[in-house]
Amino acid sequence: MTKIQSHLVVLIAGDSGDGIQLLGSQLIRAAAQSGQDVRTLSDFPAEIRAPQGTVSGVSGFQFQMASEAIFDPGDAADVMVAFNVAGWMKHQGKLKAGGLLLASTDGFDARSKAIAGLPADAEPLADAHSRFQVLEVDFKKLTGEALKDSPLSGKEKSRAKNMTILGLLTWLYSQSAPAMEADLKRQFAGDLGEANILAFRAGYHLGETAEWTAFRREVPQRKAQPGTYKTISGSHAIALGLAAVARQLGRSVLYAGYPITPASDILHELARLRPDGVLPFQAEDEIASVTAALGASFAGSLGATASSGPGISLKGEGLGLAVMMELPLIVINVQRGGPSTGLPTKMEQSDLFQAMYGRHGEAPMPIMAIKRTGEAMFDMVLAAKMAVESMTPVMVLSDAYIANSAEPFRLPDLAGLPQITPPHADVQRLPYARDEHGVRPWITPGTPEGMHRLGGLETEANTGHVSYDAANHQQMIRERAKKVQAVTRFYGPLSVEVGAPTGDLLVVGWGSTYGALRTAVEALRDAGHAVTHVHLKHLFPLHPDFFSFMEGFSQIVVAELNEGQLIHVLRSQTTRELVFLGQTSGQPFGALEVQQRLAQHLSDA
Amino acid sequence: MKSGKDFLSDQEVRWCPGCGDYSVLKQFTEVLAQMDADPANTVVVSGIGCASRLPYYVNAYGMHSLHGRAPAVATGIKLANPSLDVWIITGDGDALSIGGNHLIHALRRNVGVPILLFNNEIYGLTKGQYSPTSRAGAISKSTPLGSIDHPVNPQTLALGAGATFLARSMDRHPAHLREMMTRAKAHGGSALLEIYQNCNVFHDGAFEAFTDKKTQSDHAIFLEHGQPITFGVDHDKALWLDGQTVRIVSTMERPLSECWIHDETDAMKGFALARMTGEVRPFGVLYREDRPIFEAQVHAAHAQTRSLEEVLALGRTWTVE
Repeated sequence: MTKIQSHLVVLIAGDSGDGIQLLGSQLIRAAAQSGQDVRTLSDFPAEIRAPQGTVSGVSGFQFQMASEAIFDPGDAADVMVAFNVAGWMKHQGKLKAGGLLLASTDGFDARSKAIAGLPADAEPLADAHSRFQVLEVDFKKLTGEALKDSPLSGKEKSRAKNMTILGLLTWLYSQSAPAMEADLKRQFAGDLGEANILAFRAGYHLGETAEWTAFRREVPQRKAQPGTYKTISGSHAIALGLAAVARQLGRSVLYAGYPITPASDILHELARLRPDGVLPFQAEDEIASVTAALGASFAGSLGATASSGPGISLKGEGLGLAVMMELPLIVINVQRGGPSTGLPTKMEQSDLFQAMYGRHGEAPMPIMAIKRTGEAMFDMVLAAKMAVESMTPVMVLSDAYIANSAEPFRLPDLAGLPQITPPHADVQRLPYARDEHGVRPWITPGTPEGMHRLGGLETEANTGHVSYDAANHQQMIRERAKKVQAVTRFYGPLSVEVGAPTGDLLVVGWGSTYGALRTAVEALRDAGHAVTHVHLKHLFPLHPDFFSFMEGFSQIVVAELNEGQLIHVLRSQTTRELVFLGQTSGQPFGALEVQQRLAQHLSDA
Repeated sequence: MKSGKDFLSDQEVRWCPGCGDYSVLKQFTEVLAQMDADPANTVVVSGIGCASRLPYYVNAYGMHSLHGRAPAVATGIKLANPSLDVWIITGDGDALSIGGNHLIHALRRNVGVPILLFNNEIYGLTKGQYSPTSRAGAISKSTPLGSIDHPVNPQTLALGAGATFLARSMDRHPAHLREMMTRAKAHGGSALLEIYQNCNVFHDGAFEAFTDKKTQSDHAIFLEHGQPITFGVDHDKALWLDGQTVRIVSTMERPLSECWIHDETDAMKGFALARMTGEVRPFGVLYREDRPIFEAQVHAAHAQTRSLEEVLALGRTWTVE
């Protein structure tokens, strides 16, 4: 009898070359298609083919599927699939007591133990049997038998192990085998395609044959909003957003990027998707990508660029120029663990100070943060609207978690996207004459009688000529700052995610911690606590209602994945006591841990 | 008929009196007039340095950008609007030191932009430090004992980068400079025009042997495509390729037909000319080749695009009723 379960968290761990990300993607797509909500968390080493079998080379893919709307990939795993002993050693602490361990015994042999640094007589699973339910299967052997007639090489055959495991998981979690096979057939052709199907079936049938019905779980379908869906990653969503920008602006977007993890996928997606009006350009370096984007903005396209922290540092001088020239520009920082090369594939929110203060001179620009994959597309349109309609660079903060995590996305009604209207381009007016919002015109080369020169030297008010005049410099600094402050006219209501406008505790977050914070706050509210969650989309300028909203709470916690950056920014603007909740482990917040830390705080008060 | 003055902006020119930049600005505006350029369609992009102030003085669109980054800015402009007539104005420090990377990539991509590189072998705007083209031993504020660096040769660097057009001229030969600017623009792709430009404050007379009428004929070779490479008073000297060695011979002793006939399209000979950094140096077009222009290729490659609706529908979708 299949047990019904509302939430199921699965963690798959193995070598980075084992095809774990592919296996996970197949499962979550199937789950999403069958009506479950899903959230994922990918964790992989920075090396492309990290030393095989080592603990440092372990790649992980965690997902949660649920019969209701969820916002995070879950905490402790109900099920762990260990491709090898290294995967088990790295992640065993994440399996719930009494959870199911599916161990691929071929990865627990003497050689695997040696590579993972264990002595030959070690019994890494000895302890597991008392704490967990354990299924031990030699998936390599099973795959080999299934493919004994396949013309593939031995090495190729052993690579199909992930398909055998996919088969078993498909059976265990009550997904449709025909749908999965059809999906695999769309992706793989020829001998490889056939082998994958054979391996998949071997795994699927193993469950039935072994009568592991007791381990079967079914997550009921939820009632999803009608519409057409697909699963998307954050990078894909940002690419869709840039395509939407070109559509809503009616002008082209030049996306100039330079390869850097985890921002490169935006460039890949644009090159692959080829949306109307978006020209992807791989520049020679980070500086070239921001300055080429600025050149494009001068010429009447909208320039956009993305990078991660180290690359944003290199772009810093260009951002100063964008502020000085007052040209629109989109800059996306897909944050990762820093400083320096740091943890290129791990997540961190430690570039907020860089975004706020990381430029020379008085150089304010609007700063936004994407809180979830599903909103990234619309955030890009808003960022572009602010950039174009206020003639300013806009910084959008994303991170490795958003870039790599996937969720079901309902294809939006494009009629609902806002128009982006460029400021006036009246050549009778001076290049730096401001409108009622402090915005200068966007007169682009090719416009008759509009000739003017832009540059990094201080500009004279109205005319835009070079000016070293003291009073003019003071005036222009204030005019630029005032213009940036005025972008709050584009803001929607303050993002109160859960909870009442007054209460005992306000939890303030930003960016990709959204899911964990929301899940934690909802759990606390279910337990009867008066907790509210506000997630800031706009980090600069802050939402005009934020500080007054804060007054409705006796305690305020600021939660972020750094050593205290937003909290520092807020403390510079309020005398209220703020409590910090943070971590810098390269991992996302776990909702349960946040819930416990918040509960501790509530009981201390 | 337009004149050069039509291409001067209303801004006061602020180079030092006697600076070679004045001549370059004058020839540039005259060339724009001669080619009947449309000021509204002309964009002059520069980096940082004395030379890079030039866009402010030209009646056209202009951008005085970041130190070294003009080629990247210009690439973005050309990608956004390939129909614009974009010029890059740069100097030896700007193009060859801080901006070396961008110069290399603009050249090898063959972005459709003439690059006017004002070479004065000194940092002028920062008041007199040695530059990447300063000769070894150059005394400057930062090298009071003489510089140790081996100088960069812009011509061989450009050839190595895969440039499609290399030329050299000088501030003090207006007619030649105008001709080279005209040819650089007509080339269509990335065209590097190195201009020997005198900094009379920090490095006066750096190129005097080539620019002074009294000595010019013995030091400066003015190349002409299809013609023997001769120089000297009455063209009494010629270049002769002895195998791969460049030799100076007397036209009295060796018939012109045996001498080196300049072929702008010969890369090997262009490299030999580019390597001439001694007392005799070539001026004119050292090398050129036709290669598709970057921005045109990019747009052709991206001609087939998808609507946002189509992009959204890509991949595996499913429908909830």
